[in-house]
Order: sequence, then C-alpha cells, then structure tokens
Amino acid sequence: MTMNRKHVLAGSACIVLMGVLLFAAFAWASNAGTEAVAQVGADIVSAGAHLGANTGVAWWVWPLVLLFFCFVLGIIAVLAGVGGGVLYVPLVSGFFPFHLDFVRGAGLMVALAGALAAGPGLLKRNFASLRLALPVALIASSCAILGAFLGMALPTQVVQLFLGITIMGIAILILCSKNSARPVVTKQDALGMALGMNGAYNDPATGELVEWKTHRTLPGLLMFIIIGIMAGMFGLGAGWANVPVLNLMMGAPLKVAVGTSKFLLSITDTSAAWVYLNKGCVIPLMAIPSIIGLMLGSFVGVRLLAKAKPTFIRYMVIGVLLFAGGKALLKGLGV
Amino acid sequence: MSDQIKVTGKASAEQVTYANMLFYGSWTGLGLMALTYLLYVFGIITPHIPLDQVPLMWSQPVGTYLELGKVPTGWGWSVLILKGDFLNFLGIVLLAAMTIVCYIPLIPAFIKRKEMLFAGLALAEILVLMFAASGIVGGGGH
Repeated sequence: MTMNRKHVLAGSACIVLMGVLLFAAFAWASNAGTEAVAQVGADIVSAGAHLGANTGVAWWVWPLVLLFFCFVLGIIAVLAGVGGGVLYVPLVSGFFPFHLDFVRGAGLMVALAGALAAGPGLLKRNFASLRLALPVALIASSCAILGAFLGMALPTQVVQLFLGITIMGIAILILCSKNSARPVVTKQDALGMALGMNGAYNDPATGELVEWKTHRTLPGLLMFIIIGIMAGMFGLGAGWANVPVLNLMMGAPLKVAVGTSKFLLSITDTSAAWVYLNKGCVIPLMAIPSIIGLMLGSFVGVRLLAKAKPTFIRYMVIGVLLFAGGKALLKGLGV
Repeated sequence: MSDQIKVTGKASAEQVTYANMLFYGSWTGLGLMALTYLLYVFGIITPHIPLDQVPLMWSQPVGTYLELGKVPTGWGWSVLILKGDFLNFLGIVLLAAMTIVCYIPLIPAFIKRKEMLFAGLALAEILVLMFAASGIVGGGGH
C-alpha cells in the first residue's frame, strides 16, 4: 500500500516536472526564430483577418492546458470505468477553442492509442477474445468508415446536435445499466457456435477457470452496425456501447466483455482514424498532448483505483456528461 | 476453440503473437510520437505551418485549415515528412497501421488450422482497413 502511494506520488511528481519542463520549452520555443516558415505563415496571416480567431493567447498555452486537462481526464476515465474518448470529445469540443472536426480526429486517436496500449495485456490474459472480436470488428470497423464519412459530410451543427443527444444518452445508459459479471447462457445459438464464439479464462480474483459462450449472436452483431457508425461519426470510441452488447445481450462474462471491447476499439477506431487522418482532421499540435496526457492519466488512475470511491466518480462523470451533452445539444440548436 | 484452450484458459498461439506484435508496435509508435512532437515544439525541425499560426486555424472547419495551411489530404503529407509538424505523422501512422500489420499473421495461422472462415474474416478486415488507409475516398471535409 505504501509502495503504491509512493508510486502514485512519484508518477504525479514526474507529470508536474514534465509539465514544468514543457512549459519552459514552449516558452523558449515561442521566442525562438520561426522565420524559415514565412511563406505559409504570411499566407495565413493575410487570410487570417477574416478568421478573427487570434485571441492573443500564445500558441503553446492550449497544448499545455490540454496536456494537463487530458491527464486529469485520464484519471477520471479509469476511475469511472469509461473510455477516454467519450469524455474527451464532448468536453474538449465544449470548452476548448478547437473545431469539432479536429476534436473528433484527436478523440479517435486518443481512444485508439489507449486501446492499442491495453490490447496486448488483455489478449495475453485471454480477457480479450480474438474469436469474439474478429466477426464483431469486421462489422464495426466497416460501419465506422461509413460513420466517419457521414460525420464529415453532415453540417457541423447537425453533428453537434446528434453528439449532444448521444452523449446525454450515454450518461443515462451508464446510470441505468447493470452489468452481469457472469451472464447465464444455457444454450449457445447456431451462429455463435458456427463462429466459435466461446472460450475460457483464468480469473485471478477467484482462481477459477471461467468458461463462456455467447447467445443472441445475430442481434448482437447487428447492434455493432449502429455502434460502428456512431464511433466513426463522433470520434467517441465505443466502449460505452460495446460492453452492454457483449455482456448483457450476447452473454459474455463482464471481464471478457470489457477486455474484448477495449481490444475492439483498437480495430474499430483504426478504420475511422484513417478517414480523419486522410481528410486532414488530425492536428499534431493538439492531438499529441491529448494522447500523451490521457495515457499518463490512465496509468495514475489505475494506481488510484484501489483507494478511490468509484460510486462518487461515476455520478460525477454522469453529471459531467449530461452537462457536456446539453452544451453540445444547445450548440447544435444554435442557442 | 481447441480443447487445450478450453481446459487451460490460456490464450491461443495466434492471439499471443498478435499481442506481442501489438505491444512492440504500439509502444514504438507512442515513443516516436512523443519524440517527434518534442522536435516539433522545441523548434528543432521547422514546421510547414508556423507554430504561432496553428491556433488561427484550429477553430475553423477542416476545409479552411487545408486551404490556408496548404495541407495536402490523403497520403500527401508524406511529401512534407521533413517538416516538424508532418514528422509527427510517423508515430501517428504507425499506431494507425498496427492493427493491419497484426492481422497479417492471423491468415496463415487460421489456414493452418483449417479455419477458413476466420482466415477469410482476417483477410476481409485487412482489406477494409487498407481501404480506409488508402485515402481513395479522401478529400476535404466541411
């Protein structure tokens, strides 16, 4: 326990130190010569008059604020048991000066990086099942491409409106959903059997060998059409939807549902991320501090998990999501 | 599912291979991303768009950013790879490509086990992701 506290303190100290160093570096870089990029710069300045976006804030302030914001977001996301993307998109689009196009692009990269980092451990422990993920991923990733194109084609206000509705729906889903640790599946359906959607894992908490199989496979797979479209359209990640479908609908044990969902994000978000990348919606200056901040926050969050009061944090996240969703809804309505 | 997996609860060989490839690939991508970002923001490598001009554009729709910043779509960024901002795409693209790379060994593994359906699913997934990555249907956004 003492070691844990030391690790958390050491981790937090590293973050603060890194922030201070970055602050110094940004301040130094902002004063360093930038004359070599005059051409594009001059064009932007000349065209910038009609943008009217220069708030007088130094360029390095927002990435730094974003790094710390995402660090805190990463801690909260882990403690609340939600993915980073679902908090990132509504909050950053609501409270930062970035256009929704770039927030969605960065949101997908945030969700993707987190899923890729978590994937290996989950696969090795068999909490993520390749056999369960493969058919589901093919549906979700194909539909995520469609969702990404839809999101890029629809007017921003319409996407904001749907985003607001979706975020508020997610908050209600988190509030109402009651996961089942080990759903009872008396008989596997024919499709689940044909796809070999079954497996076993060693539960370290109980030392038991837990065997599982799916049922209601077809409706479950069909749900991933909607999930994929929404993931691509809003850049949210989709753990909030994957877990209930895998666990409550298809009957996978909660650990397998959570593990496979996280792994699935690495595939679903890859397809949508490519669309956003190819369309120029990833600005490294804001996307990379978001990814790094959220990942560092997740590591600290995992260490704090043992001491935190998840119920309070869960309700806090529900409140934040309702607020952010409401804000996006009003933006979409032009209020 | 093989009997061995069912009894032991351990991950299959192809799942472990996937996990190992993903581990090294994704952490290399993240490391590369952090390194190139520092080279970018420290001003060590000159960016295509001056750092102090980026905030003028990130509040605008992507179409404005592409037009004003003369930012290419699709894989056009690769010609600007020596610029500080686009150098960051090395790590980002490695992360986005890892799933495609990890899927490749699944095909021979499933064929070897005569699981042709899963080999087909893996191949189809690679094709879907390559389609998304190709930028064939790219172009500007709003």
